[in-house]
Amino acid sequence: MTLKVTRRQFFKLGAVGMATSSMAMMGFAPEPAVASIRHFKLTGAKITRSNCTYCSVGCGVLLYSRGDGAINSIDNIYHVEGDPDHPVSRGSLCPKGAGLLDYIQSESRLKYPQVREPGTHEWKRISWDEALTRIARHMKDDRDANFVDQDAEGNTINQWTTTGMLAASASTNETAYLSQKIARSLGMVVLDNQARV
Amino acid sequence: MAGLAPTFGRGAMTNHWVDIRNADLILVMGGNAAEAHPVGFRWVMEAKEHNDARLVVVDPRFNRTAAVADYYAEIRTGTDIAFLGGLISYLIETDQIHHEYVRAYTDASLIVREEFGFEDGLFTGYDAENGEYDKETWQYEYSDEGHALRDDTLQHPRCVFQLMRAHFSRYTLDVVSSVCGTPRDKIQHVWDMVAATVVDDKTMTILYALGWTQHSIGSQIIRTAAMLQLLLGNMGMRGGGVNALRGHSNIQGLTDLGLLSDLLPGYMTLPEADEQDYEAYILDRSRPDLLPGEVSYWRYYERFHVSLMKAWFGDAATEANNWCYDWLPKLSETLYDVIHTFERMSHGEITGYICQGFNPLAAFPHKAKTSAALSRLKYLVVIDPLRTETAEFWKNHGEFNDVNTAEIDTEVFRLPTTCFAEEDGTIVNSSRWLQWFWAAAPPPGEALPDTAILAGIFLRIQQMYRNEGGAFSDALLNLSWPYRYPAEPSPNELAREYNGWALEDVYDEQRNLVCRAGEQVEDFGMLRADGSTASGCWIFAGCWTDEGNQMIRRDNSDPYGVGQTLGWAWSWPANRRILYNRASARPDGTPWSERKAVVWWNGNRWVGNDVPDFPVESAPTVAQGPFIMNQTGRGQFFARDRMVEGPFPEHYEPFETPIANNPMHPSNPLAKNNPGARVFEQDRANFGSFEEFPYAATTYRLTEHFHYWTMHNRLNAIAQPEKFVEIGESLANELGIAKGDRVRVSSKRGYIEAVAVVTKRIRPLQVAGRTVHQIGIPLHWGYLGETKRAHLTNTLTPSVGDANTQTPEFKSFLVRVDKL
Ligand code: SF4
Repeated sequence: MTLKVTRRQFFKLGAVGMATSSMAMMGFAPEPAVASIRHFKLTGAKITRSNCTYCSVGCGVLLYSRGDGAINSIDNIYHVEGDPDHPVSRGSLCPKGAGLLDYIQSESRLKYPQVREPGTHEWKRISWDEALTRIARHMKDDRDANFVDQDAEGNTINQWTTTGMLAASASTNETAYLSQKIARSLGMVVLDNQARV
Repeated sequence: MAGLAPTFGRGAMTNHWVDIRNADLILVMGGNAAEAHPVGFRWVMEAKEHNDARLVVVDPRFNRTAAVADYYAEIRTGTDIAFLGGLISYLIETDQIHHEYVRAYTDASLIVREEFGFEDGLFTGYDAENGEYDKETWQYEYSDEGHALRDDTLQHPRCVFQLMRAHFSRYTLDVVSSVCGTPRDKIQHVWDMVAATVVDDKTMTILYALGWTQHSIGSQIIRTAAMLQLLLGNMGMRGGGVNALRGHSNIQGLTDLGLLSDLLPGYMTLPEADEQDYEAYILDRSRPDLLPGEVSYWRYYERFHVSLMKAWFGDAATEANNWCYDWLPKLSETLYDVIHTFERMSHGEITGYICQGFNPLAAFPHKAKTSAALSRLKYLVVIDPLRTETAEFWKNHGEFNDVNTAEIDTEVFRLPTTCFAEEDGTIVNSSRWLQWFWAAAPPPGEALPDTAILAGIFLRIQQMYRNEGGAFSDALLNLSWPYRYPAEPSPNELAREYNGWALEDVYDEQRNLVCRAGEQVEDFGMLRADGSTASGCWIFAGCWTDEGNQMIRRDNSDPYGVGQTLGWAWSWPANRRILYNRASARPDGTPWSERKAVVWWNGNRWVGNDVPDFPVESAPTVAQGPFIMNQTGRGQFFARDRMVEGPFPEHYEPFETPIANNPMHPSNPLAKNNPGARVFEQDRANFGSFEEFPYAATTYRLTEHFHYWTMHNRLNAIAQPEKFVEIGESLANELGIAKGDRVRVSSKRGYIEAVAVVTKRIRPLQVAGRTVHQIGIPLHWGYLGETKRAHLTNTLTPSVGDANTQTPEFKSFLVRVDKL
């Protein structure tokens, strides 16, 4: 109960497990951390370190979810707050960051793959396999029809310009890297992101 | 970022958020940090409160940043080059420049070719027919060894310093006031505040954002600011720098990873169609030093390139096949940017389009054109956590999206993806920090991470090629895919891959083993051009070493008390926090000022409170320059051929300007707008004139919203529920508009309707003898989500971009306003 740990050490410990249970803090938490956590409502929460993905300040956020990771228990994020240890944001969030929970739980979140068939007025739910297979088929057909291996001057260009991609500015580096790798292997050159917009 | 790299060597924020607290003067121009980057802006307030700093804002609107500023000056949108160019001239003519810094750390002394010139708004080599420059004369004069000639006295009439001085001498106080519409006394006041930071122990930081990039001359505006900071000796210093505050959370990362048509990861570039020879491709990019003995770090280009090819194609990439050089797509156009792409799409030249977390119908200029273009696609794939207007572009939403659904034959797929809270991974903030985060909960319904979606499509295409054959498939069939679960490459695996590892034992020049086969490389210095290393993004090398994931680091200690938390997350390159920090010390290696010290020479090596952005053992006597990515080792006032419209910035009017001509060149129509800009015919036909659309409009963001996403969040919708536009009091009086009236704002391309906010915050300006009114239009709100339904702002904006980057000119265009 009297073990002294600094916040920093504490979260270093926590980082190993990637998420810290606030229950684990009982008797093992630095004072400021206790002060920053609202007991009762949040006791039992799993805390996960994250980052706001709106603007480029990159504020640290803590996501509070219920559930102990056991099979059958579905984690559910119910509280978001600023990470007090983050050297830039020091626990603050702006009105956008403060509304992150509403983004995670927005009514507008998409849940299933859908297609809108040509000329029709509605979305139709389809399976992942159907969606991915149909998209792959479109891409392959277009690529086979329009791929240019040599230009008029006889240069080898191995270029595909009739299907393009816009990459997401809030996606992770890992997603971005995979997008880049795949796109170029297909010969895709029509590739851009919001850096221009 | 195209303005920073030709000046300093890299296109990124040079300092970082916390370092802003070390500034003595903060100039916010082309941005509104208090509104758009609120938490980062706290460091500005920290500087004001604890470092006695002053905040200056120059902006068309008296915005939220201006509200807490020590000084505010209004300016006509799109005229920042004139404001800053005049400042450069003022500093030179009143001898308020940092002489020693300029002489040692910039190209001021280098001599430019005799044929180079500038006349009536155009540099030498302009081809009016094609709207392009032949840049041959935009070079230094070279010795037979290929080194630039120089005159350290800065007196040679063709040295960069004298040319720059002559170039900006036209921007006198009166001229600047007439172009910008800023009153003379206010200009002078700002100029004097800035000039005061020329001393060793004072620094100014410049904070800018999309208010500079989104102009047809955006890159050159940024360059003017960069040149200003070199003249004052504010680069590489604590509290200095030119700080690009990126708009989105991971724009920096996507740019670093090369998700732009012409880039490969780590700012390497795809070959052009006529670059058929691998060695010539490498040679062209392995830039040699232009002054004897400079670092010129791009000389190692081949190491980074070969390591990338090994990461992508594994054993298939060999020296014999030039590391798969032929497999890489080659470019037939300089850029396949979005304006170019939607132009082609509108002509039916694009079959399919994939929008990953991107809402082009709302985000691109000239919505009517975007909508017509999307309607010509055979298929559209939208990968997004949210409903977007783009995915439903075919749906009729009455006056907000009045389309004929039955006539739109595009097949549209909408794929649900995870949001940040449901995935592991990193994003790169504006300060170049790679910060790792973890999933807290599963995604809703059947949503999948982007990586699984991309892999799912790719593996199916691969299988189809195996089964059916088809167009050239060597690259896609041999793509290295070392993932434990091929259908879902994990973030850990991908991060380890972009860091890179040794494929064979790697030795240094003294035959010391530096990295064993199979180990993660520790930094990009370990990468090799002989195929013995693989790395997917050389500038990220060091983020995931054999010691583990460096991006999860969480030590926020600041032992020097200067705000450099080197143990927090990981920053590219090589965990350096302030770029070009060698310049924080004098040529002899001692800090210019203890207050501003970052790194210094201790007799044996460079040490300090940051990781040196410099070879640690390069003694001051060797006199290598601090801008190690540049071939000269120096900051470049003269951009040579690296900018499309000229080696020095020049003011050109926005493509939709509220005045008749360019006051700098009233009699030369070729120099009215950016002579290097690319304009498509149908877009030119859609430009309005100031006779018909008399007011200068500018778009901007609000604190309470993020683009079009937060329209879907209840809290944000409550905070800012309804579309509005800002109109200055005097114009509102003229038009009989009262606060709260509904108005229609129209451009040549369409109209929007909104509530009028009548404000004192926008004042009429006197520009070239005419009164110019400006209108402020937030870019938020659409017809989906929880806010009140509204027209998309980009219904109004023109489809023309910056000549270098093709970033659309969202910040300056023409409208009219009618009361409803
Ligand atoms: S909380 Fe606000 S300031 Fe912080 S990253 Fe998010 S949007 Fe930016």
